[in-house]
Amino acid sequence: MTLRIVVCVKYVPDATGDRHFAEDLTVDRDEADGLLSELDEYAVEQALRVKEAADDAEVTVLTVGPEDAVDALRKALSMGADKGIHVEDEDLHGTDALGTSLVLAKAVEKTGYDLVLCGMASTDGAMGVLPAMLAERLRVPQMTQLSEVAVDGGKVTGRRDSDTAGEQLEASLPAVVAVTDQSGEARYPSFKGIVAAKKKPVEEWDLAELDIDADEVGLEGAYSLVEDAAERPARTAGTIVTDEGEGAEQLAGPGHRGAGRLARCRRRCLACRGGRRLVPAHQPSRPDR
Amino acid sequence: MTDHTTTPYLLPPMYDEFRAAARTVAEKELGPRAAEVDARGGFPHDNYATLTAAGLHAPGIPEEYGGDGVDALAAAIAVEEVARVCASSSTIQTSNKLGVVPLLLAGTEEQRRRYLPEVAAGEALMAYAISEREAGSDVAAMRCRAAADGDDWVLDGVKTWITSAGVAMYLIVFAVTDPDAGSRGISAFVVHADDSGIGYGEPERKMGLKGSVTREVYFDGCRIPGDRLLGERGRGLRVALGTLDHTRVSVGAQALGIAQGALDTAVGYVQERQQFGKAIADFQGVQFMLADMAMKVESARQMVYAAAARSCVAAPDLTYFGAAAKCLASDVAMAVTTDAVQLLGGYGYTQDFPAERMMRDAKITQIYEGTNQIQRIVMARKLLQTR
Ligand SMILES: Cc1cc2nc3c(=O)[nH]c(=O)nc-3n(C[C@H](O)[C@H](O)[C@H](O)COP(=O)(O)OP(=O)(O)OC[C@H]3O[C@@H](n4cnc5c(N)ncnc54)[C@H](O)[C@@H]3O)c2cc1C
Repeated sequence: MTLRIVVCVKYVPDATGDRHFAEDLTVDRDEADGLLSELDEYAVEQALRVKEAADDAEVTVLTVGPEDAVDALRKALSMGADKGIHVEDEDLHGTDALGTSLVLAKAVEKTGYDLVLCGMASTDGAMGVLPAMLAERLRVPQMTQLSEVAVDGGKVTGRRDSDTAGEQLEASLPAVVAVTDQSGEARYPSFKGIVAAKKKPVEEWDLAELDIDADEVGLEGAYSLVEDAAERPARTAGTIVTDEGEGAEQLAGPGHRGAGRLARCRRRCLACRGGRRLVPAHQPSRPDR
Repeated sequence: MTDHTTTPYLLPPMYDEFRAAARTVAEKELGPRAAEVDARGGFPHDNYATLTAAGLHAPGIPEEYGGDGVDALAAAIAVEEVARVCASSSTIQTSNKLGVVPLLLAGTEEQRRRYLPEVAAGEALMAYAISEREAGSDVAAMRCRAAADGDDWVLDGVKTWITSAGVAMYLIVFAVTDPDAGSRGISAFVVHADDSGIGYGEPERKMGLKGSVTREVYFDGCRIPGDRLLGERGRGLRVALGTLDHTRVSVGAQALGIAQGALDTAVGYVQERQQFGKAIADFQGVQFMLADMAMKVESARQMVYAAAARSCVAAPDLTYFGAAAKCLASDVAMAVTTDAVQLLGGYGYTQDFPAERMMRDAKITQIYEGTNQIQRIVMARKLLQTR
């Protein structure tokens, strides 16, 4: 039996280039140069490693996005994935994470799967909720934030590291797994891979093909709406505060309670705690007490 | 109706993909190590592993022998992108090509199957040994002897300045089989690094390309079986020159990459460096230098790609184009790297910046695979032949 792996990949604006919002406050995907989200490369890599370790496996890369999103698929195919699915529809414009999870779920179900792999988040929206939403929609187990993945005899195992503990997890297939950027460096596409990718099939699906109504997705169907966006003010040069007894007040502002009585400050405020930006660093007397 | 969206003179998008792939590896892995590779000297085994993992160590080997099957233009782009950040590492590619092309041009099917898959897999590096102390430009004056002994050949003599010798597993060696036959008395052989009677000199101490190893190779009664003869007996010089037609495109690409790297370095620097209260890029005298450098780099690129295209189809004018591409691109590399050092001023002369390394690396491209005087002789010969 072929192990069917589906990797969800996103085409995102190149973070090293200029990124903007369009007039309707969605991410402008037309103007910016796009690429395969770097965090999704880790998912592709893990899929390829699982495939290499398996007797018989097939890796399908799936993207929902505009026309150019096929570039993200091409990159993944050049890395070694077997085939691609591109879901594209005019009505998808402005779809939020919930809507995207619906489209992905329908597409994953349509193509058939044993294991769905995702990156931990996209490098543009960076919400990181999609794998969980997708698993809920599919009603299958989910394991997120994995730094190791292995498939063996109908189950997928993995490791999740947190600040305090490393967990060893296991789920029965089918399942949804999201991997972190600690899971292993993604391979580079080789020239051979680029040539081979030209011959690999990419299917194009629209909403009708997935039995999704236009009003379930897009800006209309979105549960959240961006009302306003303001450009982040340009970074100004930092101010160096020389502490001559008034340092905390200068840093935290006059409304700050500890201001003026630095030594007795009982709040774990930035000014008293780290003193990182204070010159010279002051030693508050036991701020925790 | 003319289609205004495309023209045969623009590269198809797939070549952009090749370039992007090679550039990513070059910038992420090779570039950051380039200064160290230069300072440390010797063959960069780490970069050979990196290139192999990325499938860039021997571009252009046909698929039936386990290679990527890309054409000479894609292969040139691979060399260009590696040389742009680390010229030394690009000799891994050019060295392999010097071994692969003779096998493709003159090898039997058996010989190709024996060697090419190992090269494609990155298990075996190749070298090409034609030069001798007393026979550089005048290759036909070589003395290295290969004497028939039963079915075997016995090699005696010395080859000089052999790139990758000592690391390479297989060497294409040219030797005199019929001393009285002149240029028709030279034959080509495949020699294995572990054949008995083969020895290596100490690595040459070089001006540049320090992250490549260049050695003498000694043959002292080196016995090899008869099936190592590559091509017909007495037709070795033809194999050698036919190979250079193709591989000079790679040297051109190497020179082009070095030049582009120097230009990029200079363009970045002049915008940062402040003198007289502004960026030196604001001075017209600096701008004109940059414009000239960029113009030269692009003309070298056009020449190299045009030659690569002729290498793809083995066009009848490849000899001319190969010589012209190598000659122009290497002269451009020397000029542009020298100007880059100039634009970086005192910093450019120090090893804290890459410009001086690029200038040292550029020089070899005017010398090896035929000095640029020899390239001009080749071109002139072709020009005058047609009159
Ligand atoms: C780092 C390095 C790597 C090398 N790698 C290899 C390798 O892998 N394999 C290999 O076989 N060789 C290799 N070589 C050798 C290289 O190809 C020769 O050095 C080159 O061909 C020039 O030969 P020569 O050094 O004997 O110079 P010479 O032939 O002595 O030339 C000296 C000068 O005289 C000029 N000259 C000679 N004849 C003429 C003429 N007829 N008209 C006008 N000018 C002329 C030359 O252009 C040059 O300027 C390498 C050399 C170096 C330095």
